[in-house]
Amino acid sequence: MFDFSVVTTWIDEGLRRIMPEAGAIAVECVIIGVLLLAVYAVFALVLILAERKVCAAFQCRLGPNRVGPWGLIQTVADMLKIITKEIISIRHVDRFLHNLAPFLVIIASLLAFACIPFAKGLQILDFNVGILFMIAASSIGIVGILLAGWSSNNKFSLIGAMRSGAQMISYELSIGLSILTMVVLAGTMQISRLVEAQGDLWFIFKGHIPACIAFIVYLIAGTAETNRGPFDLPEAESELTAGYHTEYSGMHFGFYYVAEFVNMFIVAAIATTVFLGGWMPLHIPGLDGFNRIMDYIPSLFWFLGKSALMVFVIMWFKWTFPRLRIDQLIHLEWKYLLPLNLVNLIAMVVIVALGWHF
Amino acid sequence: MEMRRPEIKAFPYDEFNDNEYIETLRKNGVGVIAGNLDQLINWGRSNSLWPLTFATSCCGIEFMSVGAARYDFARFGFEVARASPRQADMIMVAGTIVNKMAPVLYRLYEQMADPKYVIAMGSCAISGGPFTKSYNVVQGVDKIIPVDVYVPGCPPRPEALLYGMMQLQRKVKVERFFGEVNRKEPKSHRLPDIRPEEMPVLAGKYQDKE
Amino acid sequence: MSTLKALIREICPNAVFQEQEKENAPLQVGLQAGELARLIQPLHDHDSMRFDYLEDLIGMDFGEKPGVIYRLYSTRHKHSLVIECQAESREKPELPTLSHLWAIANFYEREVFDFFGIRFIGHPDMRRLFLRSDHVGFPLRKDYDPSSNPLRLEAENLPDDTSVFVEHDGKTEKEDHAVFDKDEYVVNIGPQHPATHGVLHFQVSLQGEMVKKVDVHCGYIHRGIEKMCESMTYPQTLAMTDRLDYLSAHQNRHALCACIEEALGLEVPRRAQYIRVLMDELSRIQSHLLFYATFCMDLGALTPFFYGFRDREKILDIFEATTGGRLIQNYNVIGGVARDLHPDFIKKTREFVEYLPTVLDEYHQVFTNNVIFRQRSQGIGLLSKEQALSFGVTGPTARASGLACDLRKHKPYSIYEEVLFKEVLRYEGDCLDRYLVRMEEISQSLSIIEQLLDKIPQGDHCAKTKPVIKLPEGRFFKSVETARGEFGVFIESRGEKYPWRLKFRPPCLPLVSVIETLAKGNKIADLIAIGASLDYVVPDIDR
Repeated sequence: MFDFSVVTTWIDEGLRRIMPEAGAIAVECVIIGVLLLAVYAVFALVLILAERKVCAAFQCRLGPNRVGPWGLIQTVADMLKIITKEIISIRHVDRFLHNLAPFLVIIASLLAFACIPFAKGLQILDFNVGILFMIAASSIGIVGILLAGWSSNNKFSLIGAMRSGAQMISYELSIGLSILTMVVLAGTMQISRLVEAQGDLWFIFKGHIPACIAFIVYLIAGTAETNRGPFDLPEAESELTAGYHTEYSGMHFGFYYVAEFVNMFIVAAIATTVFLGGWMPLHIPGLDGFNRIMDYIPSLFWFLGKSALMVFVIMWFKWTFPRLRIDQLIHLEWKYLLPLNLVNLIAMVVIVALGWHF
Repeated sequence: MEMRRPEIKAFPYDEFNDNEYIETLRKNGVGVIAGNLDQLINWGRSNSLWPLTFATSCCGIEFMSVGAARYDFARFGFEVARASPRQADMIMVAGTIVNKMAPVLYRLYEQMADPKYVIAMGSCAISGGPFTKSYNVVQGVDKIIPVDVYVPGCPPRPEALLYGMMQLQRKVKVERFFGEVNRKEPKSHRLPDIRPEEMPVLAGKYQDKE
Repeated sequence: MSTLKALIREICPNAVFQEQEKENAPLQVGLQAGELARLIQPLHDHDSMRFDYLEDLIGMDFGEKPGVIYRLYSTRHKHSLVIECQAESREKPELPTLSHLWAIANFYEREVFDFFGIRFIGHPDMRRLFLRSDHVGFPLRKDYDPSSNPLRLEAENLPDDTSVFVEHDGKTEKEDHAVFDKDEYVVNIGPQHPATHGVLHFQVSLQGEMVKKVDVHCGYIHRGIEKMCESMTYPQTLAMTDRLDYLSAHQNRHALCACIEEALGLEVPRRAQYIRVLMDELSRIQSHLLFYATFCMDLGALTPFFYGFRDREKILDIFEATTGGRLIQNYNVIGGVARDLHPDFIKKTREFVEYLPTVLDEYHQVFTNNVIFRQRSQGIGLLSKEQALSFGVTGPTARASGLACDLRKHKPYSIYEEVLFKEVLRYEGDCLDRYLVRMEEISQSLSIIEQLLDKIPQGDHCAKTKPVIKLPEGRFFKSVETARGEFGVFIESRGEKYPWRLKFRPPCLPLVSVIETLAKGNKIADLIAIGASLDYVVPDIDR
């Protein structure tokens, strides 16, 4: 299997040969930064298009099909438009916070995006508490949303932001606990080691029942975390016009829009990494021939394929279910998911302690 | 640079000659670099006109039909109907505008971010339609906001509406972003100057108190 | 009838009874304002009167003085009463209020205040209902000058106060009350809001997510249709009905045509009657499908919205082939229908009748049985039978509260007597029931269509009428069951080719008036769900 660290090490060594170490690191940082932004943007475009096509399929429509072949560059047009659109400055707002909020959201999303292990050796941030960092970074976004609601001087925004605050803080617990369950099984928090530990079998099979429960809980909580249907209360269109970003226009709104879709991908990527083996091919213990064939498929494909599947499932949720009400949403978390999660965590500890896992 | 012939799939160019705006553009010509950049930006804008979900009466239902499965304006890039005027590019005035609604419509238009476009859908929005003699009906939304495309009918058929929307796309495609003002509105369409304090507010005296 | 007469005479010795022209016409009585005040309480409470349903409250400029015509109905005794009451002066017209006994009178009286300037003594909230608060004059009076109200683009300052007129020693005094307290958190939902189904404006006072008070502002699409009709010939007025409740365009027009035909004594050919009923039922299905679509969308389920529209298109195709119109068909005319059926009509309709039940099953699978939907709608927005009656709510909304009010059954018109169908009744009165009633009504309408499809008689599709239609002098009222409830048409004719007064009884105004009662104490999300489940159409409220 191709290891991308070969490429990165080669660039690193080449740079060190022609300049001092500090210079090399600086250049690498710039390259990585630019690449990260570019990949981030491309992902956003692809995801938005995918969402439109998927929802069109669910709704017996065609979806975008005039701009480019099969509408493939529809989202490029959208991006061009939104970049050249006016950003309205509004009277009676806290201008500093109002302008800061979308950047907080996009930074949080970028930070989490940087932790994703796309393929073998293709990962930007990797250290011993990687998964913890990833969850922590992605939850900065809530600050941006709260600020947006607070600073907009709009009642809908405020209600949307408050809903979002309540929702995300609640569901953060479920996400953390369900990942903790898997960390117990893996014995590490470093993302690369998490993936490598699934070399023989993915965690969702290894940890059998508790892992499956954690997986389902994670999916529900992850969907809620990204503010997507059926948990899209903060921006519930039929209730709050556009929720916390009602007053945002132009690219500021674009940031929220893009962050929503990439956050969805990040949730799917974490699910892939923690439960479905990350970039690790499907290995079944005992079937060596099968395993070897699987190894021929590049790790990048494995990762993107699995993430795409998870993204599809999350989209499926959105286009099927009606929206919950705020009290039902909070009840679901605190009355059902959280106790289930705690019990599940203990079960996992017992299973690991007794060695009952595969 | 010569005037481009904006191209839209499945829609012959010849049907787009009867337009004063194009005539003025044709006279002046466009610079090469600015022209090409313009072309790119306008391509983006014209293919991504997000409508505001705004409807007052019967035409609103036909507007929804155009968005629904059979006609599906998402194909042309009108996909994301935004509920917040700040994020919409185009307001489709679907239905009668009455005197009480006029300040609200004006406010909505002012709330939208530039570039913004207006389609007057149906005879009520164009001229007051069957209600033109009424004491409470605005005789055409162009008395309040500048209109780009008029789509007649009571209500217009979805096909007519799609046609009108594509006309708008084409109109957007010949705009100029660089060098010129974004869009010139004829004098007759100039809006009354209303100072911000006088902007329509939809609440009582407590609204503005901090 | 005679006991009723005697009772009224006992309380109001000066009552003027009008001659009964027809056998089963309601009793008509003219009263003075002072006498009316005495009669109100007994009308509602007296055991042999029990008028519990205020069908309509029609403001009218009688020429010299403005006044009101009340139409009352008793669901217990099945009798009705029409009261005419003129105010004492034109400059300062005053009448007693009915709003403490019939909840719907609150809105009806505000409407009359708005149009005719009649002040109702004791009414808790005497503000304009439809027009701008700074509107000059009263538009439906005959001497109204429209030039006094030019188009204004400046802000409309919604008044924070409302007034109550109270009688003190023979003099009326105005008392002001604040609508909302200073420290209430008031959110404006509308006029432009995706969930108001048009341009309705709710001022909602919130406590957290909880709705404390809803103040409804209508009139953002008040087009003055009734006033316009007064300067139109009868065939011209027909065009206006389609644009009231555009989803029940056929039924509305049916009501007006039937009212005019009844006044003229015109016999409608059997074929035309069949066609009308077929089209009415197709419209009903079409409207309920749209209800399904928007109800789901308001609850956040976006996909069913497209399903509803997809199947609705099939009905529109059938309409289009015969009438030439999709949404607004202009099909009924005085004496029948405008054109004969399209040759494919029967074939296409039969295909549709066979197709729809299969997708209805799909709807139920996708949406009705969904846990989230059940939780969002069950027990939300409870409307009791008594409330429904008091608020004058009709149609599927009232039937979901167990109030049998289907005019097709109880006051059959056209050929509804000859078809078999069940009046769908449910008894919980919550959002779920309102939804289920409509879904079941689709099936009932399908069965009506199925019965009629094979039996359409041959013959003329339209009776011959005179080139100029003049109605005989008198008052005419006719109501039909639209997809939203009782749609009534009241015509006061003075023997000319124009109506003196034409009033539509909108089925949607009661639906809106009931919102505050239903939404109080629920969440904002429930307010949206309740609004969607009532399925009002805003132009029908505002007219």
